[in-house]
Amino acid sequence: MKTAVILTRELTRVYQAGDVAVHALRGVDLRIDAGEYVAVMGPSGCGKSTLMNTLGCLDSPSGGTYELLGQDVSRLSGDELATVRNRTLGFVFQDFNLLPRTTAVENVELPLLYGTTPPAEQHARARAALARVGLGGREASTPTQLSGGQQQRVAIARALVTEPALLLADEPTGNLDSQTSIDILALLREQHARGLTIVMVTHDNEVGAQAERILLMRDGQVVEDRRQTPRTATA
Amino acid sequence: MKLWLVTLRLALRSLQRNPLRSGLTSLGVIVGVGAVISMVSLGQGARAALQEQIASVGTNMVMVFPGTTTTAGARGGWGSAKRLTVDDARAIERQVQGLHGVSYHRRDVAQVQAGGANWTTSIWGVPPGYASVREWPVTAGEFITQSQNDTAAKVCVLGATVAGMLFGEGVDPVGATIRVKDVPFQVIGLLKAKGQSAYGQDQDDAVFIPFTTAERKVLGTKSLGTVDMIQASVASAAEEPYAIEQITDLLRQRRRIQPGQDDDFGIRTVAEMAAAADSMARVMSNLLLAIASISLLVGGIGIMNILLVSVTERTREIGIRMAVGAKARHILAQFLCEAVALSALGGVAGIAVGVGVSHVISQVSGWPTLVSPLAVVGSFLFSAAVGVFFGFYPARKASRLNPIAALRHD
Repeated sequence: MKTAVILTRELTRVYQAGDVAVHALRGVDLRIDAGEYVAVMGPSGCGKSTLMNTLGCLDSPSGGTYELLGQDVSRLSGDELATVRNRTLGFVFQDFNLLPRTTAVENVELPLLYGTTPPAEQHARARAALARVGLGGREASTPTQLSGGQQQRVAIARALVTEPALLLADEPTGNLDSQTSIDILALLREQHARGLTIVMVTHDNEVGAQAERILLMRDGQVVEDRRQTPRTATA
Repeated sequence: MKLWLVTLRLALRSLQRNPLRSGLTSLGVIVGVGAVISMVSLGQGARAALQEQIASVGTNMVMVFPGTTTTAGARGGWGSAKRLTVDDARAIERQVQGLHGVSYHRRDVAQVQAGGANWTTSIWGVPPGYASVREWPVTAGEFITQSQNDTAAKVCVLGATVAGMLFGEGVDPVGATIRVKDVPFQVIGLLKAKGQSAYGQDQDDAVFIPFTTAERKVLGTKSLGTVDMIQASVASAAEEPYAIEQITDLLRQRRRIQPGQDDDFGIRTVAEMAAAADSMARVMSNLLLAIASISLLVGGIGIMNILLVSVTERTREIGIRMAVGAKARHILAQFLCEAVALSALGGVAGIAVGVGVSHVISQVSGWPTLVSPLAVVGSFLFSAAVGVFFGFYPARKASRLNPIAALRHD
């Protein structure tokens, strides 16, 4: 049996918005194994962002348990969650979230600064990660000197540089034109083919079609869990 | 260790990205530290100069004044009390133990002339021992001798200022003749320049003539044998209190003051004057320091203000850092480091400014300044502490941000 990367039981998350309690997650049971490529889909407000934040250890659940690689992370402190994010997870965001006025290689080095990589190796690893996403030679470019697609590639390199067990992508093509989106999705597929586990949030069916498994959410619950044969996106 | 290097590098890098803002933010600290250094230098310089001036009166010197210099209540003031006399001075010299020497003077203001030049100055009638009691050597010629005093010779020794005024700077006046109140005097010596007294008097603006000559031929014979002041040099500072006690007893006895009555003379020591002047100078320099410290404080508030703005501006950056694994203390250290770097760099620049300003002050106004290493080190550490103190609140605010909210921040 494969190792479960993600294992949640009865995961709930309640926000207090003024006097109203918002139930963003209403009991999510989920198992995602190593090497899977999962797309979380659903209308806005369905809880997919909250699920993503919780799976990404940016947020703690109100109830239920969340085991990441066998470790219960649902009750960890802020600093312990930071360590988990640094060692185990990689993030790719819709709007790239690169540090402005900072070179590509420095952006990619960022997670290594907070980890255990010896300083002497950090630069080489960052360069290697940039090469892996096809940006060898653009190390010294700042975000404003790069196109949207290139910026997202830098962000992916930053997510990959720590060799995470899980890559979380939140609408990774949401800010990109269709051709660039295809390139970025191809890059993610490539990483998946190398064994990376990917969980991606999207509302775009074309993008969702890339994954091997679709989780459809509605009102804070997973209402459909479907496996499919991925197909390569075309323009 | 590594974390500190990394955060320092991060801090410096983010300051570099906004050089104008960093510079303006530091300006408050630069001005503050500069003000502290220059004010302390000014205060220290003034104190050192004061000490030097007081020492120039003569170390371990006890001065006896007639009149009512130390007593309270309605007294008649100068002249109402019996004047001190040459005999008083001689009695002190004979009977008081532990003295190096005793001298006295009579002083008046008069015009002196030499050739076409004239100058109004103090004429001092002094005995031969005066120069040694005041520890005041001649640079040319010699001081008044015993026989000149005995014969009321018309000779004089010039202070450096008077010599300069009458004969020009650097001219040896020995052998020349000057007229004091129209009486011709032969110049026999030139005293070494001594500078200002603690009260700002130019001690070199003086002409010294034999005491007997003064009372018989220049200052008038009306109060023959009386003196304006008696000076006694004590062998060591430790013996000063005992010497003062003896002098007091002796003078009370000679002046027939009943037990219980106040002294009709006053005794002051140079050490006493030095202490009084020093405490005054200390109050002044502390006052200057306090005012300068306020500007350093204001500089610190400037840093806090800019850091708060910076935390808000860089909320998303903080979110990104947290998302990739920065712990609260990493963020705290980064912003704290920025604050300390701003204030410490400001401190270094401020030290340079302060030293420069001190230099300019002493060049332009002639006031003595003394850059104290303690003030330099102290104000640098204080400016770094200002950074920590005023940087802590914004840094903590940054480190407590919620990563999700920070990532969504525009």
